[in-house]
Amino acid sequence: MVAYILRRLGLAVITIWAITVVTFIILQLPPGDFVDAYVSQAAAMGTSISAAEAEALRHAYGLDQPLIVQYFKWLWHIVQGDFGQSFEYGRPVTEVIGDRLWLTIVLSLGAIVVTWGLALPIGIYSAVRQYSIGDYIFTFIGFIGLALPNFLLALIIMYLGLRLFNVSVGGLFSSDFALAPWSLAKVWDLTKHLPVPMLILALAGTAQLVRIMRANLLDELRRPYVVTARARGLPERQVVMKYPVRAALNPFASTIGYLLPYTVSGSVIISVVLSLPTVGPLLLHSLLSQDELLSSTIILMLGILTVVGTLISDLLLMWIDPRIRLGALK
Amino acid sequence: MSATTAENRVAVATQRQLIWWRFRKHKLALISGVIVALFYFVSLFADTIAYTEPFDSQASRSYIPPQPIHWFDANGHFHPTVYALKGKRDLRTFKLTYAPDASEPRDVVLFGRGYEYRLFGLFPTNIHLLGVSNGKPQDALFLLGTDQLGRDVFSRLMLATRTSLSIGLVGVVMSLVLGVLLGGISGLYGGLVDVVIQRVIEILRSIPTIPLWLGLAAAVPASWTPQQVYFSITLIISLIGWTELARVVRGRFLALREEDFITAAELCGASRMRIIFKHMVPSFLSHIIAAVSLALPAMIISETTLSFLGLGLRPPAISWGVMLQDAQNLETLALAPWLLFAAVPVIVVILAFNFLGDGLRDAADPYG
Repeated sequence: MVAYILRRLGLAVITIWAITVVTFIILQLPPGDFVDAYVSQAAAMGTSISAAEAEALRHAYGLDQPLIVQYFKWLWHIVQGDFGQSFEYGRPVTEVIGDRLWLTIVLSLGAIVVTWGLALPIGIYSAVRQYSIGDYIFTFIGFIGLALPNFLLALIIMYLGLRLFNVSVGGLFSSDFALAPWSLAKVWDLTKHLPVPMLILALAGTAQLVRIMRANLLDELRRPYVVTARARGLPERQVVMKYPVRAALNPFASTIGYLLPYTVSGSVIISVVLSLPTVGPLLLHSLLSQDELLSSTIILMLGILTVVGTLISDLLLMWIDPRIRLGALK
Repeated sequence: MSATTAENRVAVATQRQLIWWRFRKHKLALISGVIVALFYFVSLFADTIAYTEPFDSQASRSYIPPQPIHWFDANGHFHPTVYALKGKRDLRTFKLTYAPDASEPRDVVLFGRGYEYRLFGLFPTNIHLLGVSNGKPQDALFLLGTDQLGRDVFSRLMLATRTSLSIGLVGVVMSLVLGVLLGGISGLYGGLVDVVIQRVIEILRSIPTIPLWLGLAAAVPASWTPQQVYFSITLIISLIGWTELARVVRGRFLALREEDFITAAELCGASRMRIIFKHMVPSFLSHIIAAVSLALPAMIISETTLSFLGLGLRPPAISWGVMLQDAQNLETLALAPWLLFAAVPVIVVILAFNFLGDGLRDAADPYG
């Protein structure tokens, strides 16, 4: 068990390290560096910066050193929690991101809870009532969910919301609360706005999970032990819920490993379409305006959060599922 | 046919026949296969099916709603006609409104003349599937309306189909090469190489892809030509997509390694290359094809998403994502909802690929 935990921890650390490398590469990829951008901005403001001054700036920021040195310097700053200044906003990156990161986490976790909450009953229903009308309807919705890219679904729902109900489904806060400090009323306002984006975000994952759950449960229901339980006169509810469902539950826990990155990815896109105050629109904006320290910090934070989330879920899974716990013992 | 002849037929059938028989039973997959073929047919003849030059913009044709074809004339005879449109600016809202001008009927003809293009990029011609009698479809034929710049949505959609489908295809080929190579090495050699490759895949799968893609795509310089952007975007998309294919290939290699016929070939002294290409590849080719048709929709979604966000293909390139970008905000959607029509082929082709892939996956192992 300890070996299993250590293995997972080790993999998480390596993954986070890989993410820092990739982020640093993304940071370096666009032509020109931070000083170039600064010089051109100064030129646009009317002041000119000489080549010598630019060189001095490069030296001061360590931009004239080899990439590998720059990488470790950058890493060192980040480990200390110093993510640098946003070029565009002129404020520390962490300050610009602010609440947005938490809202992203709330939205993504909420979507995963919705995914599970919907996929479990629907999956059981579809398997127990195989080929019923309900099963066909859910299968149909599921395929639509799989085929519709997140952003299209958000776009269509936004359009229908406007057309049919004349309501705008964008945003996470009413205009009264958008800039207000946190209060109970603001939290309540957020809770009212969250369900639509959560559902949009959860649909594709739910569709996939329902298919897996349905297939697994169908396999289990054909097993002899189910026939035995039924022959012994157990109530149908118990026959289904007590053993086959439990056995079929495995993918629910094991899919979180990819469900979480998938959901976080999706949240970025639908936030842009629905203009939600998460890190999504900020990331897109910073990428388009080449505010590289801001964009790389967001990419890094999303990556690390996902890895940590997956790690926690893995450990929880081990605690819940004796097969992993005992399998790891061997 | 009696039971025994049917059994005999199965007994002597080649593997290809068995796969086809199994696949044929999956009606939805069969229909999806036809739809996918139709889509590729459209992308092959995109210029011919389009009737108006896709870059031909004209402010006086801005946001024309889709115009129907009038199939029958006043006497009830079959006589497809369209009318030239008269634009009038509402002096209060400054919005252009259009009314068909019944005094100027134009016949809709098959294989009419239109703008000049090169069929397959080779043969210069001006024949299009649809045309109007006076050879100027840009004034009268608006099957799906026009966008803000007055460009015909239907014609653009045909060319977008070509771009989006080919990006999916090129991307899938790239990730297939990576996947087969790394998955094959992983499954064939095992040991430390296998462990390293598996860990790399695990790491790649645990990173949220969209932020990464966005970051990479944003690094594509603005000065690049559409072709360069096209290939860099395809490369970025395939960089992440190969992991699933590698997993399938590795799994097949591992399973086949234990098979008796492989051991027999080894004992007969067949070389490693011969074993791989003569014995192993034919027996898992069908699985690869199934995996590819399941990977393609993901590629198409990725391109569409990136372009939609403004970080993928850029105008003047036309793809589904680029077209949907025009429909991004609510004001446009309220004004010109037909721009959202570009979503329909996306949904249809992705569904079709999914069903086709499911059917192929079931048929890939006809002995089960």
